[in-house]
Amino acid sequence: MLTILFDGVAYGMLLFVLACGLSVTLGLMNFVNLAHGSFAMAGGYITLVLVNRAGVPFFAGLPIAFIVTALIGALFERTLYVHVYSKSHLDQVLFTIGLVFMSVAAVDYVMGSQQVFIEIPSVLQGRFEIFGIGVGRYRLLIIVVCGLLTVGLQLILSSTRFGSRLRASVDDARVARGLGINVNAVFTLTFAFGSGLAGLGGALGAEILGLDPTFPLKYMVYFLIVVTVGGTSSITGPFVASLLIGIADVAGKYYVPKFGAFVIYTIMIIVLLLRPQGLFARAGGK
Amino acid sequence: MPSSVEDQVAHHLAARARWRPLEYVFWLAAVASVFLLPGRHLILTEIAWLALFALSLDLILGYAGIISLGHAAFFGLGSYAGALLAKYGIVTEPVLALLVSGLCAAVLGFGTSFLVLRGSDLTRLMVTLGVALIMREIANQIPQLTGGADGLQGVIVGPILGMFDFDIFGHVSYVYCLIVLFVLFVLARRIVYSPFGLSLRAIKGNSLRASSIGISVNARLVAVYTLAAFYAGVAGALLAQTTAFASLDVFSFERSADLLLVLIIGGTGYLYGGLIGAVIFKLMQDWIANLTPQYWQFWIGLVLVLIVLVGRDRFGSWTGGVRALAARMLRRFSGGVAPVPVPPGEGR
Repeated sequence: MLTILFDGVAYGMLLFVLACGLSVTLGLMNFVNLAHGSFAMAGGYITLVLVNRAGVPFFAGLPIAFIVTALIGALFERTLYVHVYSKSHLDQVLFTIGLVFMSVAAVDYVMGSQQVFIEIPSVLQGRFEIFGIGVGRYRLLIIVVCGLLTVGLQLILSSTRFGSRLRASVDDARVARGLGINVNAVFTLTFAFGSGLAGLGGALGAEILGLDPTFPLKYMVYFLIVVTVGGTSSITGPFVASLLIGIADVAGKYYVPKFGAFVIYTIMIIVLLLRPQGLFARAGGK
Repeated sequence: MPSSVEDQVAHHLAARARWRPLEYVFWLAAVASVFLLPGRHLILTEIAWLALFALSLDLILGYAGIISLGHAAFFGLGSYAGALLAKYGIVTEPVLALLVSGLCAAVLGFGTSFLVLRGSDLTRLMVTLGVALIMREIANQIPQLTGGADGLQGVIVGPILGMFDFDIFGHVSYVYCLIVLFVLFVLARRIVYSPFGLSLRAIKGNSLRASSIGISVNARLVAVYTLAAFYAGVAGALLAQTTAFASLDVFSFERSADLLLVLIIGGTGYLYGGLIGAVIFKLMQDWIANLTPQYWQFWIGLVLVLIVLVGRDRFGSWTGGVRALAARMLRRFSGGVAPVPVPPGEGR
């Protein structure tokens, strides 16, 4: 029981790191980025190449995955995405679906279509017991890393100058511009950071979620569920939503394997019915 | 005799709804393809049901402004319904089975339309996507009925109207699909030029103002969503009947995404968009798949990205340009007043 809870929390934490970038970009620019999973996949494959082929240690591979994916994100944002912000939601959806299709086929072409695994060091393999709870070492690592990231993000958002600029831009981009905040620069930085986090999540999650070229399509739904359930106005919302969905998904697959996949979709639809703006939307927000 | 304002409006609306010469050319070309391209009937069959499917998306996207990423839910339900009806001999006559399958999809559409009414574009995307995924999961979880991941095999479709048997070259199925497409197209055409269709355009333009001039926005959206679900269900049943097969693939996200591309290529909001888009998309897919069988998705994705970057309006306007040119030429020949072509509407 508690083991399931533990696995669910690990899974939820992972989802949060994967999806929080999406939630911020959506809230900030009102931009629907279905290609977010492609950045996560990029991070996963970068780590794979580094660790399995170049022999870079796993713990060094993770930050490199973050940095490289963030750079890719910044590049894409400056060259491609910037043209699409002002267009309709339909255009944004089409554009990002196009990117997803291209990334899926391109990775398939370069890396092959089979599922791959990153070699994790032996320290992280296996599980041990604390008070009768089976704790997987790798999952513990995920919880620790993601927990630290969450606390760090919350601190950045709540107590740095950049954080307050970002929050101002999310609340009302026009007024923020009027106050002299360079919203575009804030956005590029946030986009790159969010992509980097997705890349890190993809690298960390390759062991649990699996990594193959259809990753962006398979998990797109999960990211979107996190964002729609959690709302886009803070990172607490997506965080709670991620945990909820992670635990519900793991528990659902364990207790009612036949209906495992229905659980999260049903949660999503019920939440959207009761709270169309997400569970934690603030009154007066966009 | 002084004509009142109402007469003028009525006359104007009637003029808009008149069949244009170019439309006759389009359908004559479709009929001609039955006789001129007998070797291509298999792909033409695919084009016909895809066109019907795209037409159904155009009804909700182009006319009512609802973005859907899960239109495959209705297509898939219709497809399984069509296949199951034939397999278990419940309704052996294909045309009747089409209607029943369409009605099944319409019931699902009616039920889910209330979910779609709520929230913003993003919520709609999520809900439609979620419905399609749940449908796929249901089909996956009841393999004793649907065949699960292996697909539904052993479907034997009876002769149409008890007279025409399906043949392996697709001659009968193409004519069948074309007739169904034409009948449903004419119906859709009647609907979008009716006061109901005009009110949908008003809702798409500005739902707040539409409701303030007395249009019941929600009821209209439910109605058109249900209608579109019916069309998609019929398209799915056509697929099941002409291939005698149904698989989980009918619910896939790619199918919904490809459908958006089909409609965007042809242009939204003038009914022919889906039809023209289906022709171009299938030919393009056929051509690319011959070049690179494994990676054709890459090029489909590239087309999507380019369309958006170049600008959908500019891209869609090539059909507008062609139509304007044709209308001018016809005016010169006939000497009459040529109707003004309706520009392809923007998807907001």
